[in-house]
Amino acid sequence: MSKLTHLTLTEARDGLSKGDFSARELTQAHVEAVEACRSLNAFITETPDKALDGADASDKRRSKGEAGVLEGIPLAIKDLFCTQDVLTTAGSHILDGFQPQYESTVSANLWAAGAVMLGKTNLDEFAMGSSNMTSYYGGVENPWRREGSNAPLVPGGSSGGSAAAVAARCAMGATGTDTGGSIRQPAAFCGVVGMKPTYGRCSRWGIVAFASSLDQAGPMTRGVRDAAIMLRGMAGHDPKDSTSVDTPVPDYEAAMNGDVRGLKVGIPKEYRIDGTPAEIDTVWQQGIEWLKAAGAEMVDISLPHTKYALPTYYIVAPAEASSNLARYDGVRYGLRVQGDTLDEMYEATRGEGFGAEVKRRILIGAYVLSAGYYDAYYNKARRIRTLIANDFKAAYEKVDVVLTPTAPSAAFGMGDKMDDPVAMYLNDVFTVPASLAGLPGISLPAGLSADGLPLGLQLLGQPFEEGTLLKVAEVLETAAEFDALPQIIS
Amino acid sequence: MTTIEGKTGPWEMVIGLEVHAQVIADSKLFSGAATTFGAEPNSQVSLVDAAMPGMLPVINEMAVEQAVKTGLGLNAKINLFSEFERKNYFYADLPQGYQISQFLHPIVGEGTIILDLEDGKTREVGIERLHLEQDAGKSLHDQHPTQSYIDLNRSGVTLMEIVSKPDMRSAEEAGAYLRKLRSILRYLGTCDGNMDEGSMRADVNLSMRRPGDPLGTRTETKNVNSIRFVQQSIELEARRQVEILEEGGTIAQETRLFDASKGTSRSMRSKEEAHDYRYFPDPDLLPLKIKADWVESLKSELPELPDAKKQRFMDDFGLPVYDAGVLVADQETAAFYETVAEGRDPKLVANWVIGDYFGALNRTSGANLGNAPVDAAKLGGLIDLIADGTISGRTAKEVFEAMWDSGKDASTIVEEKGLKQISDTGALEGIVDQLIADNPGQVEQYKGGNVKLIGWFVGQVMKATQGKANPGMVNQLLKKKLD
Repeated sequence: MSKLTHLTLTEARDGLSKGDFSARELTQAHVEAVEACRSLNAFITETPDKALDGADASDKRRSKGEAGVLEGIPLAIKDLFCTQDVLTTAGSHILDGFQPQYESTVSANLWAAGAVMLGKTNLDEFAMGSSNMTSYYGGVENPWRREGSNAPLVPGGSSGGSAAAVAARCAMGATGTDTGGSIRQPAAFCGVVGMKPTYGRCSRWGIVAFASSLDQAGPMTRGVRDAAIMLRGMAGHDPKDSTSVDTPVPDYEAAMNGDVRGLKVGIPKEYRIDGTPAEIDTVWQQGIEWLKAAGAEMVDISLPHTKYALPTYYIVAPAEASSNLARYDGVRYGLRVQGDTLDEMYEATRGEGFGAEVKRRILIGAYVLSAGYYDAYYNKARRIRTLIANDFKAAYEKVDVVLTPTAPSAAFGMGDKMDDPVAMYLNDVFTVPASLAGLPGISLPAGLSADGLPLGLQLLGQPFEEGTLLKVAEVLETAAEFDALPQIIS
Repeated sequence: MTTIEGKTGPWEMVIGLEVHAQVIADSKLFSGAATTFGAEPNSQVSLVDAAMPGMLPVINEMAVEQAVKTGLGLNAKINLFSEFERKNYFYADLPQGYQISQFLHPIVGEGTIILDLEDGKTREVGIERLHLEQDAGKSLHDQHPTQSYIDLNRSGVTLMEIVSKPDMRSAEEAGAYLRKLRSILRYLGTCDGNMDEGSMRADVNLSMRRPGDPLGTRTETKNVNSIRFVQQSIELEARRQVEILEEGGTIAQETRLFDASKGTSRSMRSKEEAHDYRYFPDPDLLPLKIKADWVESLKSELPELPDAKKQRFMDDFGLPVYDAGVLVADQETAAFYETVAEGRDPKLVANWVIGDYFGALNRTSGANLGNAPVDAAKLGGLIDLIADGTISGRTAKEVFEAMWDSGKDASTIVEEKGLKQISDTGALEGIVDQLIADNPGQVEQYKGGNVKLIGWFVGQVMKATQGKANPGMVNQLLKKKLD
């Protein structure tokens, strides 16, 4: 395993700019790492030629003094982002052979900032899942193992391939998308940093839609500063996305001065849930102590509608998905299974093209929007969503950020919870409320479970206060000194 | 009240119309693709119109402006807050699997439209709402023995759905409604109103009741693409419903399809088969919020609309209601009339425009105000010759025909054909004196009380001048000499 792959994105950026190594060398090392880690099934498509050509072009730009903020950094792209002329699957059979003629705004921004593409990472089908097990291309293995066990574990989901690739040192960073926790939960399971920015911070244009009012792209990296650098390269207003927000993208690193003295950190009582393992509470308590020691002030807060967040999410997200996925009909692209009539063709194509979890959510979504049930489900969920957002607004009158655990457990075994969708949905219990409120959140590795698996802490912030979140997260990161390595590379 | 007579007594029609009007705009409602009629199939399709994965709609400001202008033209309430929702259903020419439309919160609320009826009377019909929505693509079923082709050029084109209240009571009123609506849309420049190109389409909602009774069950007839067909389909559906009702049956609430070639209609789907469209606010689009002062500025830029123009023509030109109504139906005609009427007798001009000029336009294929051989200046020139006595009104008709055929102006024709009227008192006096001298017998009779003989004298003068004598002057002269 090359040493270059163990650098953080920040270290690689500095090394490249000092001329310690070239983008070509850095990318070559990562291309080899991607190959070496194929057993994880983290990538659906590897693009080594594109990576190396991109690296050469990057070296040329640097020699001309035209280096961007991510110049020469090899990244992996979640296979939910459309990438021009590169197979884009959304982890679904129904997009068989789909090669977009266009590049998503976020990935285009990354390439414009100088980054290099290693390939497309595996994910839950249409980003629907918390285990990466719903992918048509098979589950992803978490690079971590429980101590003394060789049983494969899930990387979390839906951005499981991205989290695994970053944890296994295949990529310096990867894009993720987060609808109800799809960046933060896999980041926690794989011991990496994952950030979901404020809704509207990154353009959704060119990202295969799951639930439009919730979907948001964000960075997954091995360090907090890495996330700051990468987010700066991804974010920005996009006139092609009406929900994209026209506020300038700050230099997030500038805000990261390590000073959290006097900062008020909210500790929501509703996030202490019966049945969560004690070690989750322990790591949370540890986080509180670290921030106290750094001079921050803890404030007990209440977010009273938290318990409704999960059911609300599982109405709103499937409702939008049932409509967003209607375009996969076999008429224009992807899979088509012939039938004698148009309806038969639809049924055959969608029946074969979608997996069980996607079908479940389409059915739920169509149900909650249907005449006679609309008010009882969809409309009520929309109203509760407003109440949840109001909870946070009220809390942010008193505090600057909120600290919680990221997930209610460490990574679980591949195949576990598959027969119990509700148990699976519970994975998102700590991440979903901020998604419904459109707020930024970041997960960072804070410690290990008793059997040696990474556990994450989550910080939630105010709209467009990603800089504050990154600052606080870096203070936690420094205190946590998380330096454990997953078994696959240690 | 218009009623139709059934076997068991009179029935009243209750009609409401839903009109889909294609908005004149530089591009589609949510994409930058062009919208020219008749382009090569699938040549005006953006990634958004084809619903490629990850594509997002962005509202076209011009479409919003056109809808607001139309709302203002219909004296309707403009909603500063409106919202786009998704209407979900599957069809091969609906790429997204949903149509982006407005449901609970349309951009335009209640308004009114004034119908101009045949007898010169007017009648007010309420507008329920106007909302913006995307058009679907087109399925072509006749290109291949077993498969259908899809043309997405129309996919995403902006439509205004304009819904009337059930205020119309006859096919004639429905026709008047469509003509008036089309006239307003054309005045505003928000829709070209060409029903034969599909840029204006109507669905007819109709129910029957005994006069004074509450509303009956209605049917909706779709796919009616000319004013004549709308009227036909109404007569047809009214008869069908009356027959059912008089036999003691009940009307099924259903959607029917009109077949213009056969003059029949058939059931398309019943209420039970109706789609559940699962409307919900489109999360890709923010609610549409417009500012009151923007609406005001659009209002101040509106052109003079048919009703106001008609009133002005009556007030300023003293035109009768019928003439004014005919002249303002079309903006170009009204402008043409005003140009000709400038400094001339407005009633004389109106007679000429509505009479001979429209007649010539109608019988000349391909002719319109823009390319007609006689333009406003030439028609004005002709009318001037009548006014100053150079030619008589009767001669003018002959001159007009010659102008239409040759494109020459009136005075040239009059010159070439020597049609100039003799209004020279001296010349006419000579002829009259000679006539009196040559016909003592007739003079005797006239003086003896047979005053009708004046006509004979006039005829003789006209004969002597090949019809060019100014008949008024001849009359005057004769009376002076004989009386």
